[in-house]
Amino acid sequence: MTLFDLIDGEIATVHSFTGDMELESRLVEMGILPGIRIRRIKTAPMNGPIELKVRDYHVSLRQDDARNILIQQ
Amino acid sequence: MTTAVQSSWAALVGNPNSGKTAIFNLLTGLNQKVSNYPGVTVEKKTGQTRFADGSKFYLLDLPGTYSLTAQSMDERIVTEQVLNWIHGHEPPGVIVSVVDATNLSRNLYLTTQLADLGIPVVVALNMMDMVKDEIKIDLDKLTNDLGIAAIVPMSAIEKWGQKELLEAVQKSIDTAFVENPFPIFLNDNISKVLNPLEEIFKSQLRYNERLAKAQALRLVTRQSTLEIYDEMSVNGFTADEAFMNTLRDKRQAAVDLLEDTGIKHRIMEATLRYEWLDSVLAAAKINIDPQIAEANYSENLDRLLTHKWVGPAIFVLLLYFIFQSIFTWATVPMDWINRGVGWVGNQVLNMISAGMLRDLIVEGIIAGVGAILIFLPQILILMFFMTILEDTGYMARVAFMMDRFMTMVGLHGRSVLPLMSGYACAIPGIMSTRTIDSWKERLITILILPLMSCSARLPVYTLMIGAFIPATKVFGVLNLQGLTLVVMYFLGTTTAFILAKVFSLFIKVEGKSSFVMELPPYRTPLWWSVFHQVYIRGKLFVVNAGKIILTISIILWFLASFPKVDESTINENPIRTSYASKIGHTIEPIIEPLGFDWKLGIGLITSFAAREVLVSTMATIYNVESEADNVVQLKDAMKSDKHPQTGMPIYTPLVAISLMVFFVFAAQCMATFAIVRNETNTWKWPLFMIIYMNGLAYGASFIVYQGGLILGFG
Ligand SMILES: Nc1nc2c(ncn2[C@@H]2O[C@H](COP(=O)(O)OP(=O)(O)OP(=O)(O)O)[C@@H](O)[C@H]2O)c(=O)[nH]1
Repeated sequence: MTLFDLIDGEIATVHSFTGDMELESRLVEMGILPGIRIRRIKTAPMNGPIELKVRDYHVSLRQDDARNILIQQ
Repeated sequence: MTTAVQSSWAALVGNPNSGKTAIFNLLTGLNQKVSNYPGVTVEKKTGQTRFADGSKFYLLDLPGTYSLTAQSMDERIVTEQVLNWIHGHEPPGVIVSVVDATNLSRNLYLTTQLADLGIPVVVALNMMDMVKDEIKIDLDKLTNDLGIAAIVPMSAIEKWGQKELLEAVQKSIDTAFVENPFPIFLNDNISKVLNPLEEIFKSQLRYNERLAKAQALRLVTRQSTLEIYDEMSVNGFTADEAFMNTLRDKRQAAVDLLEDTGIKHRIMEATLRYEWLDSVLAAAKINIDPQIAEANYSENLDRLLTHKWVGPAIFVLLLYFIFQSIFTWATVPMDWINRGVGWVGNQVLNMISAGMLRDLIVEGIIAGVGAILIFLPQILILMFFMTILEDTGYMARVAFMMDRFMTMVGLHGRSVLPLMSGYACAIPGIMSTRTIDSWKERLITILILPLMSCSARLPVYTLMIGAFIPATKVFGVLNLQGLTLVVMYFLGTTTAFILAKVFSLFIKVEGKSSFVMELPPYRTPLWWSVFHQVYIRGKLFVVNAGKIILTISIILWFLASFPKVDESTINENPIRTSYASKIGHTIEPIIEPLGFDWKLGIGLITSFAAREVLVSTMATIYNVESEADNVVQLKDAMKSDKHPQTGMPIYTPLVAISLMVFFVFAAQCMATFAIVRNETNTWKWPLFMIIYMNGLAYGASFIVYQGGLILGFG
């Protein structure tokens, strides 16, 4: 299952990354590592990017990128 | 490695939104220098402050970044600076690592990277006012475990802790630097793999143990770390091809070994660092299990502010409010300035006896500079709103909401802020595109950005609207003048989006775009910090624009006043025989189909320096032309200007609209293209912009004027 499939409001644990290396590097530097818990908060207007809560902050990413993040619920 | 710890300056480094700008302003007050142009913390800002004993001390504010491995242009500035320091090029005495206390683990990640550099690090633990009382952090233990000089709790908003911060900074400059071992535990496998690279760093580049380990770890983790070593020179050693090859080979060998043992090298540094950091935080009694299920106040506010339908609607209303207030609030101070300039002009008239000098001062300088000063209130109000939107955290929400639309037209959610700053001035807008990490979208944003009606066009719009568009009501509620202005902004903005789409189909550039953006918690802006920023940007505008306008006003006055003819022998106004008139008349045939006469022709030429110069040009021409010895009201002068032969008014509402449309599109501000040249590193793109924009301007004005004539609006 990927982050893309997670429903708004649900919590999951990051498992691993696929595809885009740049994205992976950026996310891990911001502390979004395998094992960390995240909550998907909402999807932006016009079916845009998604908003997540992780550690003590909120971050948004595009849905295409969310497909590259494997999660476990 | 010995770093010169004597240098009495410090660098402020921190995550975006950690409060760096606020602390910088708090410490330096108005003693700061922004190099070149106003920008959104992209530019290099230096400031001066004093220690308690009165000795001087400098601060450098660096752009916000999450780590020392760069991705966007913005972050690259920090990475390059840091590399320069560790290679001995003017390192700071101290690095002040600004940390948001409400978001410790992610903020301290960067701090721990900084602590490896061999330069003392003092943490400014900001936003302590937001930290709940129950949380008691064992600061001494944390300081020790992280291997840094000090942690100083503070709050920029409540203005406490800055004295202690300065004391800690001074103390760490004065005490000899103690080197700590690399704090992160590396197991045997990893140690073995990193060792060859570590040795190279130690023997060739003379790194100390901790730095060598840190750089070896980073190099194996991120290939891009290689690039920054290319052609660099350190302590008399230059990284030649042989060195780079060794580095590359050793890195590859390390990566291969790691893959064999099942370690993912690409997330290695982050994994190790966060694991260590999380354990350190736990030991310092900081709850690192975040309540991610809990919604904080920002999230509750966002239920409305980024709601699917309500969110965008609020954004549009907000924009409308901002542009309305620019027009209504600014009228009073504009009127003061107007009267002030008239008063000064008349004072000079009374003080100096008639002659060339008086003409130059009154007709050239005072009229020209005055015509620009009058628009300062509007520019300041716009800058004020932009700063507030940015500082409250709302701007990130705008990017979040608009990203989908922006990608549809070939742009990026992060293009919104640069484009909106473009309403103030294209230059800071273009500079702030550095935060867009994909080159293609960044380039397109730059290409279309000057179509956003900048505040330098506002003088032209205001003059034309004030003089030729009646203040009647349309549909009972909308003011026709306000409406015309909105239409001009709308015209530029929609064209910008259409062209963005067109360009995105034709421009092929490598590189994938991503959108990983923090949505910071909503915060009340720090009013004094906002005023500082507006003041400094406003000052820059006046100084920069003033210099250009002053020069042009003088040149113009000269062109408009010479050659002097004996007025008694000729029955005509002197300006009609001047150089300026000759130039204007030469280009008149080209611009006649747009409805412009020779006076506007001169204005179009001079406005290539800066758009607002059109207004001062007209002011200068009319002052020279008017026979009465006072500063004429430009609006009235243009309205009452009659064609010498036909006696018909020269400027009609149709001409005014045609001129405004021309200004919406035309490439006129030289400084913009100089900046584009800098940012794109070639003349190709600025030239492309000049051609497409001016083509568009001519075409659109032609259609408006000729179409208007056919429809009988002449
Ligand atoms: N509550 C609180 N808010 C603060 C404090 N310091 C700064 N802020 C607010 O935090 C926001 C971000 O502050 P900035 O100073 O712009 O942050 P920055 O690190 O310069 O951010 P970038 O410009 O993105 O690099 C602003 O709204 C400030 O008003 C503080 O001590 N307490």
